[in-house]
Amino acid sequence: MKMPSEMAADGSRRPRTYFRTLLKKSWRDRYIFILLLPGLLYFLLFKIIPVFGNVIAFQDYNPFKGMWASDWVGLSNFKRIFEDTDVLRILRNTLFISLMQIIFVFPAPILLAIMLNEVAREKTKRLIQSIIYLPHFFSWVVIVSIATIFLKPEGLINQLLQYFGYDWISFMTNPHLFVPIVIIELIWKETGWSTIIFLAALASINHELLEAAIVDGANRWKRIWHIIVPSIGSTIAILLILRLGTVLDTGFEQIFLMLNPFNRDIGEVLDTYVYTKGIKQGDFSFSTAVGLFKGVVGLVLVLTANRIIKKSGNDGLF
Amino acid sequence: MHFKTKSDRWFDGINYLLLSVVGLCMVFPLLYIFSVSFSTMQDFIQKDIVLWPSHWDLGAYKYIFDTPVFGRAMLVSACLTVVITLFNLLMTSMMAFATVHSFVGSKLILRMIIFTLLFSPGLIPSYLMVRNLHLIDTYWALILPGAISTFNLIVIRQFFQNLPKEIFEASKIDGAHELQMFTKLVLPLSKPALAAFALFYAVDAWNAYFNVILYINDTTKWTIQVVLRQIVIVSPPDNNLIASLLKDPPPAQTVQMAAVLVATLPVLVIYPFLQKHFAKGVMLGSVKG
Repeated sequence: MKMPSEMAADGSRRPRTYFRTLLKKSWRDRYIFILLLPGLLYFLLFKIIPVFGNVIAFQDYNPFKGMWASDWVGLSNFKRIFEDTDVLRILRNTLFISLMQIIFVFPAPILLAIMLNEVAREKTKRLIQSIIYLPHFFSWVVIVSIATIFLKPEGLINQLLQYFGYDWISFMTNPHLFVPIVIIELIWKETGWSTIIFLAALASINHELLEAAIVDGANRWKRIWHIIVPSIGSTIAILLILRLGTVLDTGFEQIFLMLNPFNRDIGEVLDTYVYTKGIKQGDFSFSTAVGLFKGVVGLVLVLTANRIIKKSGNDGLF
Repeated sequence: MHFKTKSDRWFDGINYLLLSVVGLCMVFPLLYIFSVSFSTMQDFIQKDIVLWPSHWDLGAYKYIFDTPVFGRAMLVSACLTVVITLFNLLMTSMMAFATVHSFVGSKLILRMIIFTLLFSPGLIPSYLMVRNLHLIDTYWALILPGAISTFNLIVIRQFFQNLPKEIFEASKIDGAHELQMFTKLVLPLSKPALAAFALFYAVDAWNAYFNVILYINDTTKWTIQVVLRQIVIVSPPDNNLIASLLKDPPPAQTVQMAAVLVATLPVLVIYPFLQKHFAKGVMLGSVKG
């Protein structure tokens, strides 16, 4: 008869002291909490709760009823993704544009970084760097505007075409030219900036290897091919695997700004589709399902990429 | 320096040539747009402009700065950029300094930050949150949802962690609490680092386009990027918008190009300052994703 009462006394005392020290500690840290509060509120409101807001993908969301009262429809929105020919076309567009980006945009900074690395004069190198980094800081609106100005019927490129006796081309409305123009814009904007990471990798090359190669009579080409390229190989591999992990990401603003009624069939991608379908047409649940589908596939791909990198003996991202 | 062989000299020659071509490709579009925007229409039609205007003409710029749509959009963009930069900086550094300490729940909060790196909310749920908070068509919708970039938070936090601990201990002995440490020690000590992030936040704020069209339907609240899109991308070639705004507008061509330059100008102005700072930040960024 004694035992249970003792246990009860024991059990009830411990949480209370625990609670009390917790309170005491919290009171001691009250100024930290004041500093923390705005940021915490921000994270909860705009980063955490919206993640759970994705549940409307499993609902027939009605803005007037809200998330709590809307009807649950299970996986039917996701079934629609695979039955909707629109979505399948858009998925194909997304993959195509992304793969073209990987093939043409990805190698450009590697090449440029190797070229820059061969520049011996520090001042010249810095001058070139400050020029080629610049476009990265322009907005996509500015970049697409510049492209539009150059490529419109009376623009400079068409003036040149006509000067050399060719017909003018309607660049911005020709669906076949959509992807090439997207790729060229992206190369123009980001190639210089992306050299930074490769230049850092190049800076850590073992100089004794290079000097040994010079002594052995290797010329510049041979040195680049046999020493420089292999030594940044792991950086290239890591970035390539990571890029493959985000194959459903094509860049939102650029594509959105480039889209017009003439190229929509070929240029619409998952991100822009979610925007037009969800925000413009108000089909919240279905476009959330499309977005969630893209997010989940993307997450799985990124985690897989990360695991591959770790398995290969390199540091992963997380 | 090593002795240069003939093949070395060839290599260097070709390399410099190619790099010059690359550099020119980056500069030429801007230079061309600059020249046309300052030229007379006559020169433009006669294709007299190659790299430098032969007759300077400020008509396009006068027009831009006189037109209410442009003027207002630029004012809106400028004010928003200042407010967003200061607000983001304050929010980010406050949270960064708070999470340097260990307190009740600090581990949970760090985990939450990592969680947000892995799981981004998605467009529609974010939009619905902003809508449910009744922020649509208010400038708050452009300020609040981007207040803290998780990546910047992590970098600034690391920077704070590396500040010498002794000064905090000393100030604690003197009776200062964390709020005072933050305003009297952390902020003044980290001015250069925070300046770098201020530049990054400022460029992002000035360049912001998508969140404006997402959250702002009211055309009187448009920013310069949205206006630029309207007059260059949406309504070419003849530019109904420009024509509708004024009886006797300067040619759409030069106005379009002037608008591009005006929308780029702040970035060009702060670029030299930016350049000093970014290499380190980017290195951390590329390593941590």
